[in-house]
Amino acid sequence: MKLKLFLSLLFSALILFSNVALSATPKTLVFSAIPDQDETRLKQRFDDIAKYLEQKLGVPVKYVPVKSYAAVITAFRNNQVQLAWFGGLSGVQARLKVPGSQAIAQGIEDTKFRTYIIANHSTGLKPSDKFPTGIAGKTFTFGSKGSTSGRLMPQYYIEKHMHKKVGDIFKRVGFSGNHSKTIALVQSGAYEVGAVNYQVWEKELKEGKIDTSKVSVIWKTPTYPDYQWTIRGDVDKVWGKGFTDKVKKALLELKDPELLARFPRSGFIEAKNSDYQPILDTAKSIGLID
Amino acid sequence: MDSVYKHSRAWKVSWLFVLLAGFSLFFSDIEIISLEPWQELKRLFLGLLTPDWSNFSEIIQAFLQTLAFAILGVAGGSAVGFLLAQIFHWRWIQISCAFIRAIHELFWALIFLQIFGLHPLTGLLAIGLPYAATFAKVYAEILEEGDKSALQAISRNASTISTFFYARLPDLWEHFKTYTSYRLECGLRSSAILGFVGLPTLGYTLSSAFMEGHYSVVWALLLLFYLLIATIRYWVRPALLPVYIIAAPFIVANDSTISFDNVQRFFTEDIIPAPIMRGDSLSESWHWLSDLLVNQALPGIANTVVLTQIALVASGILTLLFFPLISSHFFKPVGRTLGHVLLVILRTTPEYILAYILLQLWGPSMLPAIVALALHNGAIIGHLIGRYSLEIQLRADAGRGLNRYFYELLPRLYGQFLAFLFYRWEIIMRESAILGILGIATLGFYIDSSIQELHFDKAMILIFITALLNVLVDALSRYLRAKLRLTTNVDCRASNDYCTARE
Repeated sequence: MKLKLFLSLLFSALILFSNVALSATPKTLVFSAIPDQDETRLKQRFDDIAKYLEQKLGVPVKYVPVKSYAAVITAFRNNQVQLAWFGGLSGVQARLKVPGSQAIAQGIEDTKFRTYIIANHSTGLKPSDKFPTGIAGKTFTFGSKGSTSGRLMPQYYIEKHMHKKVGDIFKRVGFSGNHSKTIALVQSGAYEVGAVNYQVWEKELKEGKIDTSKVSVIWKTPTYPDYQWTIRGDVDKVWGKGFTDKVKKALLELKDPELLARFPRSGFIEAKNSDYQPILDTAKSIGLID
Repeated sequence: MDSVYKHSRAWKVSWLFVLLAGFSLFFSDIEIISLEPWQELKRLFLGLLTPDWSNFSEIIQAFLQTLAFAILGVAGGSAVGFLLAQIFHWRWIQISCAFIRAIHELFWALIFLQIFGLHPLTGLLAIGLPYAATFAKVYAEILEEGDKSALQAISRNASTISTFFYARLPDLWEHFKTYTSYRLECGLRSSAILGFVGLPTLGYTLSSAFMEGHYSVVWALLLLFYLLIATIRYWVRPALLPVYIIAAPFIVANDSTISFDNVQRFFTEDIIPAPIMRGDSLSESWHWLSDLLVNQALPGIANTVVLTQIALVASGILTLLFFPLISSHFFKPVGRTLGHVLLVILRTTPEYILAYILLQLWGPSMLPAIVALALHNGAIIGHLIGRYSLEIQLRADAGRGLNRYFYELLPRLYGQFLAFLFYRWEIIMRESAILGILGIATLGFYIDSSIQELHFDKAMILIFITALLNVLVDALSRYLRAKLRLTTNVDCRASNDYCTARE
């Protein structure tokens, strides 16, 4: 009896799911973004962007929050997300997985992005233009495992200057998860040295969230291309010809300083896949991409 | 000089495990990394005084999702498990179930996330699949060990189905019910944890709040979770279950879709080892595999085993400290109530969340993982042993205090204690592996890294190795229990104990 009930209910549940699954092509454009900072505020950050796009594009737009960089790539690849605000590395990985997808816009700052190496004052490390070889033997934290500014680039430059793998340079290597957390961990001394996205550092510094008596920037990497908007190649088929260009135009025309502060960028400019060749090469050289 | 006094096997095995754990300590990394860990701990507990309910709708949403995934996962798992239990004597069913069980819900979630993305099926299967395998095993044991005398009164012409419903089920129903409702509690913990990898349950909100150090929000979530589990027997009623099961799909439903191309791609491309996909030569393939084994699998296995062995012995030590807290042989009712509260809180908090909290405070060494595993498991077994101790009648002239503990109770409870500890061995190992996702270098760390780097082929091999390791420990534990002749009370009707130990 109970069993039958269980089963029939289970079936109804499955039917409900499959209804969802079988519903025709998605009408709502779904976008997401890598959870690079302040995870509790992701929804507040991007819901207004969805509203802006909806108004500009004339189709329903929805933002879905996602917990990890890899999950955004997977959602994009599975067509559960059609547009995404990726980092350099995650964008390259996503476009490799989804042939036909293109980078359409990047922040003005993203053409010349940097990583800051930051250190707790107990280390005695001082800011310099030369690579701080004194970081050897310290504890070190990256950001997320899939981050460009928090992992790929710092790992590349550190290994290049120290001629060793990061695992052999530091006493301990960790992954904080996101840039805000990296700053908090180095400031509290949980890690002595860390690598952080320079935009997040500057923003939190301006907001007074950083105690500069405890933590400071000791080195800046050379510049590299980073964040960009990437869109799937098949959106024109779903929303009509020229849709990709419409999205691109909407992004390039985004001028509202309050909305731009969410990224935070001063504006968006055109981007193309080839802009990110250096990222791909770097990722290959440290073995993150086969 | 040969002593006439001969140590028992249990005594020798215990010391062997203690020595192994001591040896493991040399290879473990157990320092506190944060410079001001107590500062942060203070902030955490200040948050307890000011729980923040301001995001109430968000909190309620997270709880509804947690409940709905748990109910659907456990209901589906028990239905499938019940069917599997009928054919559990088939060897290959036993093997597949053991294997599925050996993979933690979080690993299943990471796998299904790749196939179904944000679709609710991800969470449903992540709970339902391993739970079905566990249900199959325990239901089969209940059927096996149950009273069969009613069978003799049944007509030989009765069909298998009516025989089952008239001669077996009435006797066993209580066992099924007790075990299934206990598993619902586990399901709630599992469901909560799935949020850590991105499902919209409690863990999602909790980890975000933790990341930002919003401890008042953390406490609001945790307090509500304790309340939910503490009141479980009031809101889980047979009459209400259908309502929950009907409502749950509407709660978890979202508008993401499943594409069969993705499912196919996962099985035919993503998890096929890269050298095969590329058509590498044999030596290149070997290089790829040995690189994976030497640089990821081996260190992962070593750390997982080290953590497991230390945590196992630490759990044992804590159990021996905890059980008197709730035993009338040692404390008056007021003291016992406090003991119960402490043990309930430690038992209810999923070890993953406990480890997460301690990691944030002390930094990612093995120490937080050891403490979390020992506290959680010590509280579970301590609770069971404390209850068993009540059944022991002491003579009026029995010693008090330490004498009572060491000479009267411990010798009588020790077999029971070892049995429970060995039952938890495999569970502790599964958790040790999964804690790697939090940054400790056990197998979970390498699995999570492979997934973050989108190398699903590597992730699958590492998950396979993790499962094998678990099956191995399970077999070893069964061997030791048989060798030491350790058994526990298998009556599910009398108490949840058997269930709790088995998980």
